[in-house]
Amino acid sequence: MNIWIYARNLTLGLWIVFKRTFTKPVTVQYPEERPYLPPRWRGRIVLTRDPDGEERCVACYLCAAACPVDCIALQAADDPTAQDRRYPEFFRINFSRCIYCGMCEEACPTNAIQLTPDFEQSEYARRNLVYEKEDLLISGTGKYPDYNFYRVAGVKTRDKDKGQAENELPPVDVRSLMP
Amino acid sequence: MIDWSHTALTIGVILGGALTLAGLLIWVERRLLGIWQERYGPNRLGPGGCLQSLADMIKIFTKEDWIPPFADKAVFVITPAIVVITALMSFAVVPIAPSFVVSDLNMGVLFFLAMSSLAAYSVIIGGWASNSKFAFLGSLRAIAQLLSYEVFMGLSLMGAVLLAGSFNLSDIVDAQQQVWFVVPQFLGFLGFFMAGLAEAHRTPFDMPEAEAELVAGYHSEYSGMKFGMFFVGEYLSVILLSAMTVILFFGGWHGPWLPPVVWFVLKMSAFIVLIILIRATWPRFRFDQLLSFGWKVVMPLALINLLVTGGVVLWKAG
Repeated sequence: MNIWIYARNLTLGLWIVFKRTFTKPVTVQYPEERPYLPPRWRGRIVLTRDPDGEERCVACYLCAAACPVDCIALQAADDPTAQDRRYPEFFRINFSRCIYCGMCEEACPTNAIQLTPDFEQSEYARRNLVYEKEDLLISGTGKYPDYNFYRVAGVKTRDKDKGQAENELPPVDVRSLMP
Repeated sequence: MIDWSHTALTIGVILGGALTLAGLLIWVERRLLGIWQERYGPNRLGPGGCLQSLADMIKIFTKEDWIPPFADKAVFVITPAIVVITALMSFAVVPIAPSFVVSDLNMGVLFFLAMSSLAAYSVIIGGWASNSKFAFLGSLRAIAQLLSYEVFMGLSLMGAVLLAGSFNLSDIVDAQQQVWFVVPQFLGFLGFFMAGLAEAHRTPFDMPEAEAELVAGYHSEYSGMKFGMFFVGEYLSVILLSAMTVILFFGGWHGPWLPPVVWFVLKMSAFIVLIILIRATWPRFRFDQLLSFGWKVVMPLALINLLVTGGVVLWKAG
């Protein structure tokens, strides 16, 4: 009889829903309880420093080029203290445009630009979402505590010659590589 | 001789109680739906969020009370009042405890049926006065629904009337001292409850206001406190449906140990929770399904039920 199947299913449905009275809600009551955000969460963008406390950013423009919504603007300038380094004169991210895709982080050769697990960026005025360099730059190293681009780069810098970087073999004298 | 002070007190208690409960029910429904959907529902204002309706009311008073320029103004304004008035009028005959009733009419069942039919008019003229297509569609559905459920609503509670031998609601409750009418009149109970759900525009029979299809059905054009009145009216009819089900089929105030009022409120709350549970669970009927179900299944069942009950009552009378 069809009608008994209907009646059974309808009451079964009521019972299944009623059982939910005794389960704990999955809601995270946000301002009081906070959700766990994984370290790789793509939230507010920061500019990090290397372990020596200097800016990691070398103003290569790769992040600005990778950005699909063109929300990153920067201007490279020569570091007045060292001729072989560049740094961003200004670095501006328009967070009202940013889509938190993380492509800038992927493009960055020096791990300078990083996305952090922070999403609380609400502002009353849209212009307050434009972050300047002093808003972006943090004093820490972010997700890569030991990484210093200039110590592992295979080029001559003001601190070391070619071949003196970490995990780097001395340069090979190509003329000695005779068969 | 009518005891005026007693009547006035009863009116005050029932009116205040029904309106407070209707306001509270807005919060209770949202909270229960939340719990059954594994979330919290409104839990911020007051203990457990119970002052939510108060905040809703303040908010709704600050809304623009807009009457559409294409609407029939006089009827448009009157309609929300009719919803609430008819629902509250029905409470006049609801016996909560022995002699705790505003008007112990000897045809209370008929009065209740008449008032619920009048409430249907508010839906019809409300949708017509709005002069918009969604409201009109809602009204059309309400009319067709009215035609199909009013008939078997009356028929299915006639069984209880026959068993008690009276149209007086207090007498019907008193006749259930031995056994609740839900046992001999189970079909009647099912038919009445179904018709009551349709009358209160509750899922699965909420086609007149089907928010997924018709914006908000017959009250699409209403805003501010006029919309609030429709809301309160809907919850009043939910309370009324629960109260009438308890009175007609579940022994009213009868029950061991506890005082009659407590028993009545307990049973009524159980039915209110059941109605909300049904809303949380069952999907809406398709419209033609409701009509064919009403006319082809429930109506014949109600008639057979009435016939058998009448036969048994006559046979017992000898």
